[in-house]
Amino acid sequence: MTDLTAGGVNAPAIRRVEFDTEEAKARLRRRYRSEFRFKVYGFAALAVTTTFLLLLLSSIVSKGIPGFFQNVIVTDVLVDAGKIDPEGNGDAATLRAGDYTAIARAALAEAIPGIEGRQLKKELNGLLSSGAGDALREQVLADPSLVGQRVKTQLLLADEADVFLKDSSTTIRTIADTRGIATPTGTTGDVTIFVGANDFADDIAEVKAELKAKAAAIMEAIERRKARGAGPESLKDLEREAADLRIRYEAAATSETLDSKTPSRLVAINGGIVKVKEMTPTLVKGEVIIPLKSTADAAPGTWQIRVYEKPESNRNLNDRGLTFLEALKAKGLVENRFNWAFFTTGDSREAELAGIQGALVGSILTLLVTIGLCLPIGVLAAIYLEEFAPKNRMTELIEININNLAAVPSIVFGLLGLAVFLNFFNLPRSAPLVGGLVLALLVLPTIIIASRAALKSVPPSIREAALGVGASHQQAVFHHVLPLAMPGIMTGTIIGMAHALGETAPLLMIGMIAFIVDVPTSLTQAATVLPVQIFLWSDLPEPAFKMKTAAAIMVLLAVLFVMNGLAIWLRKKFERRW
Amino acid sequence: MASWYALVAVGLFIAGYILAGSRARAVAGGDYAGMHSLPTYHGLYTASLAFLPALFIFICGSFIAGQLATYSAISALPENIQSDVLRQGAALREAINIVRGGSPAAASAEVQSAAESYGSVLSAGQWATLALGMLAGFGGLSWGLSRVSMNFRARNNFEKLVHGLLWICATIAVLTTVGIVFSVVGETYRFFFDPDIKGKPTVFEFLFGTDWNPQAAMRADQGDIQTAYGFLPLLTGTLLITTIAIVVAGPLGLFSAIYLAEYASPRMRAIAKPILEILAGIPTVVLGFFAALTVAPYIRGWGEAFGLEVASESALAAGVVMGMMIIPFISSLSDDVINAVPQSLRDGAYAMGATKSETIRQVILPAALPGIVSAFMLAISRAIGETMIVVMAAGLAANLTFNPLDAVTTITVQIKTILVGDQEFDSAKTLAAFALGFVLFFVTLVLNFIALKVVQRYREQYD
Amino acid sequence: MDMRPDPLIMMTTQTAQATVAAKPKIVARNVNVFYGEKHALKDVSVDIPERSVTSFIGPSGCGKSTFLRCINRMNDTVPSCRVEGTILIDGKDIYDPALDPVQLRARVGMVFQKPNPFPKSIYDNVAYGPRIHGLSRSKGELDQIVEASLRKASLWEEVKDRLTDSGTGLSGGQQQRLCIARTIAINPEIILMDEPCSALDPIATARIEELMEELRHNFTIVIVTHSMQQAARVSQQTAFFHLGHVVEVGETPQIFTNPTDKRTQDYITGRFG
Repeated sequence: MTDLTAGGVNAPAIRRVEFDTEEAKARLRRRYRSEFRFKVYGFAALAVTTTFLLLLLSSIVSKGIPGFFQNVIVTDVLVDAGKIDPEGNGDAATLRAGDYTAIARAALAEAIPGIEGRQLKKELNGLLSSGAGDALREQVLADPSLVGQRVKTQLLLADEADVFLKDSSTTIRTIADTRGIATPTGTTGDVTIFVGANDFADDIAEVKAELKAKAAAIMEAIERRKARGAGPESLKDLEREAADLRIRYEAAATSETLDSKTPSRLVAINGGIVKVKEMTPTLVKGEVIIPLKSTADAAPGTWQIRVYEKPESNRNLNDRGLTFLEALKAKGLVENRFNWAFFTTGDSREAELAGIQGALVGSILTLLVTIGLCLPIGVLAAIYLEEFAPKNRMTELIEININNLAAVPSIVFGLLGLAVFLNFFNLPRSAPLVGGLVLALLVLPTIIIASRAALKSVPPSIREAALGVGASHQQAVFHHVLPLAMPGIMTGTIIGMAHALGETAPLLMIGMIAFIVDVPTSLTQAATVLPVQIFLWSDLPEPAFKMKTAAAIMVLLAVLFVMNGLAIWLRKKFERRW
Repeated sequence: MASWYALVAVGLFIAGYILAGSRARAVAGGDYAGMHSLPTYHGLYTASLAFLPALFIFICGSFIAGQLATYSAISALPENIQSDVLRQGAALREAINIVRGGSPAAASAEVQSAAESYGSVLSAGQWATLALGMLAGFGGLSWGLSRVSMNFRARNNFEKLVHGLLWICATIAVLTTVGIVFSVVGETYRFFFDPDIKGKPTVFEFLFGTDWNPQAAMRADQGDIQTAYGFLPLLTGTLLITTIAIVVAGPLGLFSAIYLAEYASPRMRAIAKPILEILAGIPTVVLGFFAALTVAPYIRGWGEAFGLEVASESALAAGVVMGMMIIPFISSLSDDVINAVPQSLRDGAYAMGATKSETIRQVILPAALPGIVSAFMLAISRAIGETMIVVMAAGLAANLTFNPLDAVTTITVQIKTILVGDQEFDSAKTLAAFALGFVLFFVTLVLNFIALKVVQRYREQYD
Repeated sequence: MDMRPDPLIMMTTQTAQATVAAKPKIVARNVNVFYGEKHALKDVSVDIPERSVTSFIGPSGCGKSTFLRCINRMNDTVPSCRVEGTILIDGKDIYDPALDPVQLRARVGMVFQKPNPFPKSIYDNVAYGPRIHGLSRSKGELDQIVEASLRKASLWEEVKDRLTDSGTGLSGGQQQRLCIARTIAINPEIILMDEPCSALDPIATARIEELMEELRHNFTIVIVTHSMQQAARVSQQTAFFHLGHVVEVGETPQIFTNPTDKRTQDYITGRFG
């Protein structure tokens, strides 16, 4: 106690913490402000993370919900015997092979009569999917007596038409208060419509304003690039385009030609529709899309100008298709229905026909292989390590190995599958068997770790009790410890399976990425799985496939939520505190 | 054939179980207490003796038959095809497809003959395997039956077999690692040193080259496009995206963990934990879709609003979404290590009059630092190895840049790009993917190993 | 505030140390503590005199540590804990909502059962309190505080050459003295000690006990202990806790030689506990 006597009680006095001085008060306020800030940071981090998740889910759901629906034309069609069963033998093979597309087209021609010309007919038929007659075929096969009758059926629309109907970005403006008397020169083909007032003056002004705005935008882009040091060569095209536009909008307002980069204008007159190609304030020249009933004069207000605000070049559906579709919609023939076929068909090049059944079945087959391998192997390995393994180098090596393996990137497992299973053992490419093998190796560490934790949580007293009545160590483990650890093992296994279900990268390596229409029926057949299907679709340019991708993601997430929910339920139900 | 094997093996097992069991019952004559092992164990032991040799022979035999068939198919091919590795591989695949029941329509005569040879050798081998396996199975069965007696220790012997089975299951993890090492190291070695591979780089060129362009490798006539295997642009791309991801996920994950561990009420935790778990459970292909379709256009839009030129597949979009992916990872690991800091340290600081945030910043975080560092290392390793997000949201352009608004490519993207679709297994291009896989495996292995060691030591410190 | 004399807590001025003016520093009246549904402390009323050592004894789970943790509001950190009743320090209610527990704890220091040095250097451990409370204006002043505190905790001679080493590298007894030095570095009025020697060997225990003897000239010390011998050695007053009640409070010699309550007697003579 030398230092105590030396300095203990007599050591220099330490100041006592003061709280009443202004300085101390300020200091305390500062400390509490920093306390508050810190807490806010923590809360903000959680809030940002939650926002991320909500953004992700809402973006997927908003894109995906339309993907579960499909627009169809619901109408009566004549099941023309001449098109499907000309010889009248009525057997299933003939009925199956019949040309139902032709019947669907005939029904469409009936709905919008009078369409002449190859090009227009093609546009009209283009609204229909290549599988438009499939529903009718099923109906006829189910009831062959329908041949020759009129049947109410649904005709599938092509994806462009379908997406157009789901997408609200194209607005159609109708100008109904027309002031002059309009006189068309014909009912089909190229026509001119003379108008008794300056009905189109406003339109021309509008078009010029648009051209001007566009030119300004191009000039701005040129300036930006110049500022970043782009050479004059690279800007030439843009400059020329801007100059062209300037010439157009600076010209006197006598006549204006419309192109696909400005909003389209159409004239609805005498029951028909004319697409405007050129206009002056008092007349338009254009092309008839839906034939006019007559060339009679149309009184002011009985004819209309329609503007498709989104330029044709920015749309997947051109003016003709759009006009036909609007006509069908006006007749009340178009319906948006839940697309059950999404769950009952395989992949297709046509977005409206593509479904996820093949991928779902592929996922199920793959997961069956995975669980069949990794559940027994994982549990037995866990039992060995937890119960029987001697404390030696080998055991240590295995343990380090398992922990490291759990963190190896999944794509490396794909390389393993490619090199070992495909190239060394010559197993079939793209098969659920190989996919299941690779995923089993991938989730094995997870299952071993979870099973070990479950085994460890069983108290030693259970083991000792079994040993005490003369059971062998193995009997004690298999009869008493393992059953008690089973809920924990199942929870871990379900979580591992959920992980395997969402895994994509290693399956790409072993070729489960092929375009496969057929639903797989065996473990060695080429197949794909749900996440890979999502990846494949997400790469396709059609907007309809984007919707299908999001819809497939919703299905995948729903399955994952159910699996994780099941795991949580299991854990809650069997949770036992020893 | 596989179903035949399975049928025979299962039949042997059932036969062994029933025969030996009934024999044991007969031997015991009702005196089970006087018998060393119960009849069930006699049954199981003999069943295993019949089943295991058959199974072993089936596995080895079908593999050997496959190899022999491949060999005979190759020797049935004409000289000029045999000498060219690439054409040989293609012909072989075609022949195997024919035997497996693919469409033989387009196949040439040589391939047809190779297929015939393959098919005949394969089926001969498989039948031989079946016969051998059955023979061995019956041998095991009769030997097992002969050992049934009052004093035979069937249970102990069966338990030895089970112990062996348990050991084999445990070593599968090691075998997996060995398999990975075997596949990536072997191919990587060939990539650098196999004299048959044309257009391969030296190790130096690979590690320090600044151009990556493997796509031109196959076409000798396209002389103007130089094949290049410089790894640096992939490395910088990977590091750039990983850095962005950690910059996003590090603070968010760590602060979330701190808030959850130290501030949140039980109710708050009950809401926030599942949110993080949901985020952790979202498949990366979904995150990739989100990155490519939602985040990338947003970033592009913002960039344009500020007059910046943003690539449509910018590193930033991929990095931010990858950050989202690893937030729950960092937060749950950090949560664990923060909770492992003993309460007594917190009490010590509170008793000094420290506020909560002072306690966290000055006592808890320094104490948890090793654990948090290793959480970050594991997160980095995960980000480096992540594939789908970068495949979908980052591009293929191997730019040597650190600008997050540019398009970059990563190691995993290149592996996927090279190996998906038609590949010639012996080209330098394909082998390059394995070399990249080797780098990936090695880097992540080292990171994981160190991180796990640090965590382990940290746990021991407070246990 | 009800100040009528309680026959049970006769804290007379005739303590062993007549030099100490024993006016009550801490006054507790009818303190009840609940952990969720569990009623851990029942109507505890105690006066604790200034500049002396008061020990709390009693069997495990009797509430003595719980009461100790009420005096610097450490129980606030336990979410399920609820405190009722009044505790006054120098006549001020410490459970007054306007009072800041951070300020309170700067006045009421605490030493714990297990030594818990921060995973920092020895110097930083001691300097921690002065730093967060802004006690020093310069590095030199802080050095002085650290040295003075370590001297008071009789640790200076042992560690003066390795102040930058980690505090966790010291032996158990040294760690505990470091924790005491850390506590006195902010010069609190009261030091609470929660079984400070239970994790230490007898030699280290003896040093801590000597230290307490020195410190009581400057501080009011309250110690919870399992060991009746220790209570008898170091304290001037002793309170006996049993099943959440304070059974008896008095001068230490009186409690140990002539307890008034049967339960105290049984405990002292080793019939339970």
